[in-house]
Amino acid sequence: MTLSGPLTFLLQLPLASAAGAADAFLERLPLVARDWVTSWLPEPWRWLVNSLLSIAVILSVFGLLFAYVTLAERKILGRIQNRPGPNRTPIPFTKLRFFGLAQPFADGVKSLTKEDVVPRGADHLLHFLAPVVLLAFSILTFAVIPYGRHLVPVELNAGVLYFFAAGAATELAVFMAGWASRNKYSLLAAMRALAQLISYELPLLLAWVPVVLVAGSLSTTEIVAAQAGWQFNVIPHWHVFTPWGAAGFAIFMIAALAESNRSPFDLPEAESELIAGHLTEYSGFKYALFFMAEYFGMIALSGMAITLFLGGWHAPSPYVEFIPSYVWFMGKLSALLLGFIWIRATFPRLRMDQLTRFAWKFLVPLALINLGNAAFWSLSFHWSGPFQILRWLISVLVVVGPFVLLGRKLSAGVAPRVYRYAV
Amino acid sequence: MSVSDLSALNAQRATPGARVREVHDSFHGDLLEVSMGPHHPSTHGVFRMIVTLDGETIVKLKPVFGYLHRNHEKLGETVTYLGSMPYTDRLDYLSSMTNNWAYALAVEKLAGQAVPERAEYVRVILAELTRLLNHTCLAGFLMQDCGCSGTPLMYAFREREYILDLFESLSGSRMMCNYQRFGGCRVDPSADWLAGAQKLTDRYGTFLDEFETLLTGNEIIMARTQGVGKLSPELAISAGVTGPMLRATGVNYDLRKVDAYGVYPRFDFRVPLGDHGDVYDRYMIRVLEMRESIKILQQALAGLPAGPIMDPKAKLRSFRPKAGEAYGRIEGPKGEIGFYLLSDGSPNPYRYRIRPPSFINLTVLEDMCLGHTVADAVIILGSVDIVLGEVDR
Repeated sequence: MTLSGPLTFLLQLPLASAAGAADAFLERLPLVARDWVTSWLPEPWRWLVNSLLSIAVILSVFGLLFAYVTLAERKILGRIQNRPGPNRTPIPFTKLRFFGLAQPFADGVKSLTKEDVVPRGADHLLHFLAPVVLLAFSILTFAVIPYGRHLVPVELNAGVLYFFAAGAATELAVFMAGWASRNKYSLLAAMRALAQLISYELPLLLAWVPVVLVAGSLSTTEIVAAQAGWQFNVIPHWHVFTPWGAAGFAIFMIAALAESNRSPFDLPEAESELIAGHLTEYSGFKYALFFMAEYFGMIALSGMAITLFLGGWHAPSPYVEFIPSYVWFMGKLSALLLGFIWIRATFPRLRMDQLTRFAWKFLVPLALINLGNAAFWSLSFHWSGPFQILRWLISVLVVVGPFVLLGRKLSAGVAPRVYRYAV
Repeated sequence: MSVSDLSALNAQRATPGARVREVHDSFHGDLLEVSMGPHHPSTHGVFRMIVTLDGETIVKLKPVFGYLHRNHEKLGETVTYLGSMPYTDRLDYLSSMTNNWAYALAVEKLAGQAVPERAEYVRVILAELTRLLNHTCLAGFLMQDCGCSGTPLMYAFREREYILDLFESLSGSRMMCNYQRFGGCRVDPSADWLAGAQKLTDRYGTFLDEFETLLTGNEIIMARTQGVGKLSPELAISAGVTGPMLRATGVNYDLRKVDAYGVYPRFDFRVPLGDHGDVYDRYMIRVLEMRESIKILQQALAGLPAGPIMDPKAKLRSFRPKAGEAYGRIEGPKGEIGFYLLSDGSPNPYRYRIRPPSFINLTVLEDMCLGHTVADAVIILGSVDIVLGEVDR
């Protein structure tokens, strides 16, 4: 082993590469760094350390992201509600506050030092397992998301399928938590969680089937590759910029809100009704684990939405392609997370029957129609000239027509009222 | 609970839209009894509901209160007439000004005490400010119960603090004002204070517009509240329900018009009425009432006469009314708040009795909740507008 080998990457320093964006130094930086680390090791160990490094990077990057998304959520909620949000936590042993940037770590220390209460009569094993299982499954989903041009932790040819299989298991952990707590509120939350799982798993799955149909693959890498390129160097070939893609994206995001138990679908932990739902009997670090899993789920579903509909790591325009792909991915992720937070600050909660009715009578039919729409789109790919306009027109109508009709039926009997006055 | 009980319950409590399951066997599962409260986040204090659930549908609801009982009415018999005034602040601690006024009105009736005109105007101004404060808070609480993550509540509380600032600068206390006296008010509001009240009145409509933009036309809020917790006018009248809750059922009964107490007949305002008696109507009636309150405030502030704030002949400390009885009532923000006083000529009342609007409005809770879900029960309770200080006394 010589020093010259590991340090050769320094020779690749020129930023703008003539060979195109794929080989730019910044683009390859994570790979180069990884290879530099593993080049110190004997050859037979490298694959193992490579995988471990991927895991370590995912855990640390998304762990940190989780910490700061919680802070961002509290800050943004605070600003929306015209209060400052947490801003008092200093760096330890100093008086430097930096807008409360140390807050997530203070929260972590607090939840670690709190007493871990297990109710008498609770199922101790399930009560302990529920947060662990929840967290494990939500971390598993990170494996198949392409974070950048060269950054796919695991290349599965059925990556999308794997993602949603692992994601669906998280709701079972919520049920475990509710059942094991031996608390009536938790039990109600568990029932709600299961009903929500069954209702919203279907539109979630039906929303991404059109993508698989058009891209022709279940592999996340190939789905992202199918969205490369730009129309007139302006409009990217992302799926969201097609009628079926826009509808699919909307359905996917609504179902993702429900899957990650976020407002307005946060029924399992409805604070004003069920105190804290399935979290009622959890305290200390187990509670923090639930929180972590919820945010991981949110981040993973946003990442999958980006992969399926928002062009993955692709830049929105060829002129900004010099910015590395993982930066674009993170940018899109932040935008979606901001959307999640904004929705939480704005909307009230639905009722259980309205929630399920919305899924079965609105989202599922719409997603099925959208599937047919995507089939039409992929069959008519060779239409050109005026037919291209006709193709768009048909596709838009096929989505908007049922949307209006189903929406009208769904909100029948609900309307603003006019009030009379006594003289 | 047996099958016969449930069918009897259905026959007895059949309100439109409320379905209670009658079949009760092992196939259909058991009923679940949940004790909501007294430390539940949305029971507005230490209120408790023992609900029997079929799935999430309520088949039986038993309200339990008294956790905040303070022996208020008995205490009133052991202190002087003036000594009771601070205690009335603690009844409905969101609207101490109107509590004070109702009590002062009862004592004034008992003693035949006159009130100067300026004091009457100030009382109206303070009562309408209290109505704004109470209804704003209630709208915020109700939306919090609906599951908004605090946003409407925070905006409501911002406005509430502006009104409380006015109360504090006038009476020295934000919430426990202890401001009214028999024969007038304790302090004369300064020109600065009146200018502040005018400023608040002028911009309150803008706040209401902002608030309503976010909430009133919101599809989820309409879906959550319309048709939920219906109350029929007949039941409302026979249960003695008053205030916005009664007017939401379409009954035209506003003591400001019916009794025409104080100087209210001089002001031009309308009484909004609902047609459905559900949660949405109760919310909207309160919003519309706030808009009418702004009109009253504008007129009262413009027409405030000069003169004394207290009747110079009024006695406070050595107050001994003749033997007799009196009932003074006003239209509080929550409904009819009344004080009944029985005097035997001593410095203390012989009997001191309160008609608390939130307690009486609460009695129809089960009728409104049956057949709805837990989530609905929370917002129905929120729309009744209770303060436990007044319910439990």
